[in-house]
Amino acid sequence: MKAMDILGTAVGNSFRSRLRTTLTVLAIFIGAFTLTITNALGTGINNYITTQISSIGAPDVMTVFKPTAVTAPTDGPAPYEEGGGSELATNQGPPGSTVIAMTDADLATIAAIPGITSADAIIAVRPDFVEWQDNGKFQLSVSEFSAGITLDLAAGSGFDQTGGALQIVLPTTYVPTLGFASNAAAVGQTVSIGVTDAIGTQHLIDATVVGVQNPTLIGSGASTNNALTTAIFDAQRTGLPASTPTEYASATARFDAGASASQITAIKDDLTAAGFTGSTVADQIGTFQTVVDGIILVLNGFAVIALIAAGFGIINTLLMSVQERTREIGLMKAMGMSGGRIFALFSTEAVFIGFLGSAIGAGVAIAVGALVSNVLAEGFLSGLVGLQILTFAPASIATVFALVMGIAFLASTLPASRAARQSPIDSLRYE
Amino acid sequence: MTATVLSTRNLTKHYGSGDTRFDALKGIDLDILEGESVAIVGKSGSGKSTLMHILALLDAPSSGELVVDGHSAATLKGKALNSLRNRTFGFVFQQFFLNANASVLENVMLPLKIARMGSRERKRVAMATLELLELGDKAGNKALNLSGGQKQRVVIARAIVNSPRIIFADEPTGNLDSATGRIVEDLLFDLNRERGITLVIVTHDEDLAARADRRIYLHDGLLVAAIDEPAATAGRHA
Ligand SMILES: Nc1ncnc2c1ncn2[C@@H]1O[C@H](COP(=O)(O)OP(=O)(O)O)[C@@H](O)[C@H]1O
Ligand SMILES: [Mg+2]
Repeated sequence: MKAMDILGTAVGNSFRSRLRTTLTVLAIFIGAFTLTITNALGTGINNYITTQISSIGAPDVMTVFKPTAVTAPTDGPAPYEEGGGSELATNQGPPGSTVIAMTDADLATIAAIPGITSADAIIAVRPDFVEWQDNGKFQLSVSEFSAGITLDLAAGSGFDQTGGALQIVLPTTYVPTLGFASNAAAVGQTVSIGVTDAIGTQHLIDATVVGVQNPTLIGSGASTNNALTTAIFDAQRTGLPASTPTEYASATARFDAGASASQITAIKDDLTAAGFTGSTVADQIGTFQTVVDGIILVLNGFAVIALIAAGFGIINTLLMSVQERTREIGLMKAMGMSGGRIFALFSTEAVFIGFLGSAIGAGVAIAVGALVSNVLAEGFLSGLVGLQILTFAPASIATVFALVMGIAFLASTLPASRAARQSPIDSLRYE
Repeated sequence: MTATVLSTRNLTKHYGSGDTRFDALKGIDLDILEGESVAIVGKSGSGKSTLMHILALLDAPSSGELVVDGHSAATLKGKALNSLRNRTFGFVFQQFFLNANASVLENVMLPLKIARMGSRERKRVAMATLELLELGDKAGNKALNLSGGQKQRVVIARAIVNSPRIIFADEPTGNLDSATGRIVEDLLFDLNRERGITLVIVTHDEDLAARADRRIYLHDGLLVAAIDEPAATAGRHA
């Protein structure tokens, strides 16, 4: 028999006992459906994270802080170091984490590490409010991690970091609250920012909105350019004695944008040796990816278990068809069909059943997934712009097909080789 | 000159072993010539089917020699065996062994499909064969819906569709009423006469056996008397 004839005959045979085939296909369908959905979930979330990393960019920037000496929960506190910094609350790590405050001397140490071109303190600014044209005052939080970051802009052109103009980029969520008609309408407008200084006097600083940014995974605050950050910081410190040392929770270290992964690792190692911890944006977001991958792996594991169970269904189905078709097999052998082709006939039937199951499974998963994904994107997940929670990648769907058909083939080997070995005469005498 | 297409020497076949051992064939010497029709006659259980299966290479003898068309059966394996089965033999069994849910045409095309003939060509050849057996109008029917006589004609069509040199028929009329059986017999002997296809018919029906060139009588696994019809075989054993 030619390969095409084997395929045609196998497909025909699988439709001969419709109920049995349907039930087997159903079992495979469940596995394939689950696997397609879990893969899509993984792809969707990871895609989002990846676009976040690339849209936030900052490939040449890392955040550096000075970790407190690690003590196990059962140990007492670490001994005090003369001249060591005090602890500061931080937005790094879990809530309540503290870091040792850094001083200008620390910045100099960081800047001196090979590979690092410059180190700047990340200065924490705490403005009171933002207001546009008497539409009311609203709390304003400024994203600390702004140096070097590429903003994912929904409107506007972003900062001009070189000039002295005071500029701000607002998150999309602020736009309607502040009274703007649209993202585009906000661009170019001037907003007032209120800041209270050390002795309780409130200052007003005017800044131009140069863009509207999509909320990101690492914060939904507004971003300010260097000039505005400095202006707010200075206003904040008005009235403090000049001798008060400046302390920073963290610093931004710049390195060569073309640095390879191993060079970045070397820089981090040097930082660790000097008592600091450095992490890039990719590191911070990458942690999410690891967690997501882990969860998807477990979910995929369940789907594969379902598929293996379905594999036993295939074995059962095929053993029954081999039994039923004993005479037909004998006849075909008597007519000169080789054992290998008999084997191919039955394994093709199994692979076809696998194909049907995965086609229906993947098809339904895509249909249901697209629906659910859109509903979620507009409802529950609307805060995460650009997150298509279920993303169906052709490669992962192809993998599902290959996996299911591979399992089906494996399942067919026992019944198919049994059929292939049958002696024609025993089959023909079979009552 | 007529060649010997099937030849056996001291052929035996036993089933089981020890206490359950049963000797179905106890030493058969036989020569079947190209183009003749031979009836293997005997009571039920005498070993006729066993002998036919061995001659048709469907089963292996326990001992003895079998030469098919010049090839020693013991050395025939794999591809050579399969292509000999496919191109040299046609089978008509007492049970029809038709695929009930497939069409008549599909059933008849099966040997051609196995022989890897292209789909258009095999349809043409199978249709021509069905026409020959006056079954052309039944080509699209399911085998299931045919009468016994029609089914056996489909089986004959399937047996001759790839122009075999030998047809083996095991009780071909056993399941048919005598009138239908007669038609099927006529068909088989016509094929033997007109196309020179060697015909080996297994039967316990004396009337059917009488139409063959030669009868071989089997009794408990032994040839008892091979009565040659003088006219038909006069020159052959010279
Ligand atoms: N597979 C087998 N195992 C055991 N005995 C068998 C088998 N096939 C046939 N026989 C026995 O061999 C004898 C000859 O059988 P068979 O050739 O079918 O006879 P016939 O066709 O002349 O009726 C019978 O007694 C039968 O029971
Ligand atoms: Mg018999």
